[in-house]
Amino acid sequence: MNKMKLQFSALSQNESFARVTVAAFITQLDPTMDEMTEIKTVVSEAVTNAIIHGYDNNPDGEVFIEVTLENDDTVHIVIKDEGIGIKNLSEARQPLFTTKPELERSGMGFTIMENFMDVVEIDSEENKGTTVRLTKYLSKNKALFN
Amino acid sequence: MSLNIDMETKQSVLLVRLEGELDHHTAETLKNKIESALLERDIRHIVLNLKELSFMDSSGIGVILGRYKQIKEKQGEMIVCSISPQVKRLFDMSGLFKVIRLEDNEKHALQTLGVA
Repeated sequence: MNKMKLQFSALSQNESFARVTVAAFITQLDPTMDEMTEIKTVVSEAVTNAIIHGYDNNPDGEVFIEVTLENDDTVHIVIKDEGIGIKNLSEARQPLFTTKPELERSGMGFTIMENFMDVVEIDSEENKGTTVRLTKYLSKNKALFN
Repeated sequence: MSLNIDMETKQSVLLVRLEGELDHHTAETLKNKIESALLERDIRHIVLNLKELSFMDSSGIGVILGRYKQIKEKQGEMIVCSISPQVKRLFDMSGLFKVIRLEDNEKHALQTLGVA
């Protein structure tokens, strides 16, 4: 088990920081380029959601990330905010659904997370915040060594 | 990492070359730059060259779709070219190719609009 934690202000310039930092930590498991891109993309999606929706762009909010590497081939990522929460989760998970069309949000965030990760769990409570738990099983070396 | 936006007008075509990362943070700048070009110049079509775009997330989908809507109002067309497999996956997933034409490269994209 190998863990790392990040905590940062809900500022859009930190989206890049978050995905690059998580990717750098995961590099030690030697993921493929595609897996790396997928992980960077889902981190970007979840952090952007926390900033825009969770905190409504209020930079006083803080985003928390915890990454756990397990058994050389499993990545667990938890991305948490203490913002307004999601009223209707099943609606939010639908492709193209967005509460902020005026901000040109595509409504594809959760759909991308579900496509790129093996497990996606979302816990949300109104005015308490949202926690997204993502798991990815890396394909590396399986075909070679099993 | 940030986003470099290079814009060029060829007759009624706005050619936009993106280099770097297109996310929520950089999407706003891209939106503003294209919108002011559409206001200042007589533009009907947009060609987006994504050859040097190293990262994009769903915020990119939103800002591209937003510009497509603007160009559609002018009865124009939006073309994307030189797209990487990673970025193409997101376009496929969100159905963007139903409304945005894909071409191999910039030269060919411009030729199809008669301005090469």
